[in-house]
Amino acid sequence: MIQGRPGSSPGRPRRPVPDCESDPMTIAAKGKGAPVKTAPLLRYRLDLKASPYLYIAPFFALFAVFGIFPLAYTAWVSTHEWSLLSDERVFVGFGNYETLLTDPYFWNALGNTLSILLLATVPQLFAALFLAHLLTTRLRGQTFWRMGMLLPNVASVVAVAVIFSTMFGRDFGLINWVLESLGAGRIDWQTGKASSHVAIAVMIAWKWTGYNALIYLAAMQAVPREVYEAAHLDGASRLQQLFSVTVPMIRPTIVFTVIVSTIYGLQIFAEPQLFGGGGTNGITGGASRQFQTLTLYLYEHGFNRGFQFGYASAVAWTMFAVIVIVALLNYVFIRRIRSS
Amino acid sequence: MKTSRPSRAALAVVAAAALVAGSAAACSGEDDGTITLSVGLFGDFGFGPLYEEYSKLNPEIKFEERIAEFSDHHTNLTTHLATGSGAADIEAVEVGFVSQYTAQPDRFHNLLDLGADELEGQWLDWKWQQALSADGESLIGLGTDVGGMAMCYRTDLFEAAGLPTERDAVSALWAESWDDYVAVGHQYAEATDGAYFFESSGNMFRAMVEQAPEGVYDRDNELIVESNPAISEAWDLSVEAIEAGMSNRLGAWTPEWNAGFNEGTFATIICPAWMTSYIETNAPDASGLWDIATVPGGAGNMGGSHLVLPEQGDHPEEAYAFIEWLTAPEQQLKVFEATGNFPSTPSLYEDEALTGLTKAYFNEAPVGEIFTAAAQAVQPQYQGPLQGDVLATIGQGLGRIEDGSQTPEEAWAQVLNDLESFK
Repeated sequence: MIQGRPGSSPGRPRRPVPDCESDPMTIAAKGKGAPVKTAPLLRYRLDLKASPYLYIAPFFALFAVFGIFPLAYTAWVSTHEWSLLSDERVFVGFGNYETLLTDPYFWNALGNTLSILLLATVPQLFAALFLAHLLTTRLRGQTFWRMGMLLPNVASVVAVAVIFSTMFGRDFGLINWVLESLGAGRIDWQTGKASSHVAIAVMIAWKWTGYNALIYLAAMQAVPREVYEAAHLDGASRLQQLFSVTVPMIRPTIVFTVIVSTIYGLQIFAEPQLFGGGGTNGITGGASRQFQTLTLYLYEHGFNRGFQFGYASAVAWTMFAVIVIVALLNYVFIRRIRSS
Repeated sequence: MKTSRPSRAALAVVAAAALVAGSAAACSGEDDGTITLSVGLFGDFGFGPLYEEYSKLNPEIKFEERIAEFSDHHTNLTTHLATGSGAADIEAVEVGFVSQYTAQPDRFHNLLDLGADELEGQWLDWKWQQALSADGESLIGLGTDVGGMAMCYRTDLFEAAGLPTERDAVSALWAESWDDYVAVGHQYAEATDGAYFFESSGNMFRAMVEQAPEGVYDRDNELIVESNPAISEAWDLSVEAIEAGMSNRLGAWTPEWNAGFNEGTFATIICPAWMTSYIETNAPDASGLWDIATVPGGAGNMGGSHLVLPEQGDHPEEAYAFIEWLTAPEQQLKVFEATGNFPSTPSLYEDEALTGLTKAYFNEAPVGEIFTAAAQAVQPQYQGPLQGDVLATIGQGLGRIEDGSQTPEEAWAQVLNDLESFK
């Protein structure tokens, strides 16, 4: 948005840029009207200055087509009563958003999503930090352990969700079998709100812990060894080193993983959908909507009965806003980790 | 740089042209005179050998089958119809969805124009009607199977509970009504110290509703869930069964449900014809333990499909010729023998080849006879546009009573509230 209107900004008067060489656009503009005799030189300079933009242009062109345009179009659709099943499209302004914000099922889905996000992300990032810390020590078969971290991430999310759903099964699930043989009672994982959130969070954590651990590991390798040696000389234990040296030193990486995990966590779909077992319970996240996430809520309205694309688009934009807000909050929160 | 630029541009043009040409070639696929018909199904319809047979008779026709999960299949079909591309030449539609599609007949080839007008008498009358548009001017699909209902039960569990095990005696237990069925459930629960009598109350509720003269919609497509006495009776009886602890609370098609057939965690399940092969393949170890009795409350239909030809398909004549052949009695009989999907063509109901069929898995139960009687007795019920979704919403209400999260009153109130958005 800011890039879109620099010329109109009052703080930047329209005047020729003193150093023409530094601005490829000026060259390009000049080149058009330039006399023919300087053409080879101009073309050379044009190539030098404009080509880089040309090379990155495909990305931006694709981004415009598959990113910006759908975003804008979704916003447009969200202001209509727009069903896939009828050709009539009525403009309703913010009507869909009003309905959305007064729908208790939306707030339920938002609550579920945030709850699963917390349950999945917080333990997952701590575990990743510890795993990465362990991997920095000298181990036999270092590469093996490091690559092993990535294996759960390589597995398809559907396969992970199917296998974990079976493990969390009520009657014949492995986890209930273990619980029972330990003398604890069986848990109907799917029925309870908290238990279903835990089950879904475990699936997410299983898939992403190793991935985050590797990212942390990469960041840790960049921390100068002298800092650790100094900490060691001062008598810091390995745990103290982790929290007083490593964590502050890799703060930008932590910010990155927190934001990426947040964005992913707020959009989870396959895990709860498959956990619900297909059919209606998969769409509503259980009979009581106990684990319906925002994306499932969107799916329920957009791709289920009625195919209400207008309403689903409003959900999509609201989700976008939620993700931005939560990511910003996280960013502010994580920035508070101070280097000592 | 300079010299390479024009050639690069030329290369791009050539590449683009190749792409366009390539995709065009991929679309037509008729250079050698063969036509590939795509067939979109949910689950295996047992058509495999029939494709081969048809290709032998018509060497120019080839087939490509796409199988998706039940609800995905219908969701995708709706999306493809709306966007005008992506649908297969031939698509299966389950009965719970068919009226949603007959409401937009222009999205399909009208089979009456392709030759189906002469075949009307071939199908059960109500099966034919289901695929007809409201004005009766266009027919969107030809019927494959019907789901006449029966009741599958575990003989070993019945024996342990001191109930009769022979199928006629079992049928007699609940010959009168669903009340009798629930009464047997009470008896079973007492004798077995609370073992589950059936797999889920939603299925039982659905069966009761499907048997009523009117279901969740009236003929004007108005929801009558609140006013239809048949629904409140079915609801109350389901609640009674839930409160007596008869339901195993298993969602259909879940891993636990699959395992239940083998393990015998529940004693009875309503089985339309298509369910029998599912039980057979899913619980091979329970062979001889399941048997089939008649369903309480008379006959009713649950499930069954049509084959439709989306308007966007390029080969309506060829596709029509194939589905006409495929849904003819001879082929429907072959499908029944292979899968248990019961034919929708009454001429077979007199045929010894159908009525004489038995299934070893179900203690040599005379499935031909049982399901013929069931199909013949079906009183067709009008299916509204969101039939399947409405029943699923009510089923979820029963699910909330089952898992103890709501009282029956709360669950019913929420069902009515949820159904508001269906109007």
